[in-house]
Amino acid sequence: MRRDVSFTINGAVHTVSVYPMERLLDVLRTKIGLTGTKEGCGEGECGSCSVLMNGELVNSCLVPVLQAEGSTLRTIEGLAGESGLHPVQQAFLKCGGAQCGICTPGMVMATVHLLNHNPKPTLEQIREGLGGNLCRCTGYTRIFDAVMEAAGTPK
Amino acid sequence: MRSRPSEYELVAPGKLAAVLDLLAKEPGVWLPIAGGTELMVQYGAGKLPARKLVSLWGLPELRHIESTAQELLIGAGCTYTDLRNHPVVAQEFPLLAQAASWTGSIANQNRGTLGGNIVNASPAADSLPALMVYEAELLLASARGTRRIPYVEFHTGYKQTKLAADEIISAIALQPRFADYHGYSRKVGTRNAQAIAKLCLAALGKTSNNKIEDVRLAIGSMAVTPVRLRRTEETLLDQPYSAALMSEARQAMESEVAPIDDIRSSALYRLHVAGNLLQEFIEGLFA
Repeated sequence: MRRDVSFTINGAVHTVSVYPMERLLDVLRTKIGLTGTKEGCGEGECGSCSVLMNGELVNSCLVPVLQAEGSTLRTIEGLAGESGLHPVQQAFLKCGGAQCGICTPGMVMATVHLLNHNPKPTLEQIREGLGGNLCRCTGYTRIFDAVMEAAGTPK
Repeated sequence: MRSRPSEYELVAPGKLAAVLDLLAKEPGVWLPIAGGTELMVQYGAGKLPARKLVSLWGLPELRHIESTAQELLIGAGCTYTDLRNHPVVAQEFPLLAQAASWTGSIANQNRGTLGGNIVNASPAADSLPALMVYEAELLLASARGTRRIPYVEFHTGYKQTKLAADEIISAIALQPRFADYHGYSRKVGTRNAQAIAKLCLAALGKTSNNKIEDVRLAIGSMAVTPVRLRRTEETLLDQPYSAALMSEARQAMESEVAPIDDIRSSALYRLHVAGNLLQEFIEGLFA
């Protein structure tokens, strides 16, 4: 049976009528219209669907929407502000940290999460922080360059 | 997505007592779901037989870590991130902290829970050998009350456990009495993040007068459940290091595991590498 579930997404309160086992990923994309969050594997392996839930990085394909009730969510659409791109997005742009773009929103969200917890990560810590995000184009080098650029420690 | 959300029920009573009442009223009908890192994968693949689920996520009664002089009580709803961030886990139970850091990815560690991992009962779960060598106890809660059992007795077969239909794991108890032990843990997998282990060994030991005074070994992905290697421990106990001892210990280990060929590895590789890990641990113990 459908029910109302409310949460705050990128600063705005939304209430949606959903089945409680709908995946947060699908609700974001089809009910809210935030299609920046991508589906890759649908089983928590690839990180394309990464969003922040109460500040913590989660795979939105593995979150039943009822478990997001009352939470504060941040998606890729919530990063850029009035003054332009988020510094992490700017760094990915500058360093060429994106090719086809499917993994990019997840990579950027994982980077934002990492830098929120650890503003000056080592390369090893960057590899761990982004270890759940798969990219089939770049070979990761330019993505790691972008994270270091965003952290203010360009190589 | 191969499931229809309209065919599933999910409720979140918000209080542990209410969850236990629901399980007591209709035992076996409601499947508890915590962080969803296992069940949501099955659901997405269209392979989740349960149609009624009850959420444990965010229950405050399950998400706390209490530290006393006697024991560390870890709420079953604590995530791997909670374990990695807790100073007493890092200090007193480094094998568990290390296993938590190997589990899945950061996003999975933010959602996956220790209780969920135990109930899921995968023989390949990274943290379970560590719980075995630390001789963890489980608190099993139901509307009937709470009982306490040694973790080593929990698994009864492949994905079979002693959990009754109206019970959940409420906490994991660990006694901080291994500070003077040499600890060893190693996961062998295809990569650090995400990979499910080909095998993983957790070990504790100490020596006196150049002999092994005490030793505990547990291994994952080598049988239908994680296994405490008691026969191997007995072989090693009170012995000085020698090549002959290592050979005997390897044989003892081979007698108490039953590895298989599967998508991740072969039985032969697993046996050989398990022996190598054992050797690495023992050499470190005498170093």
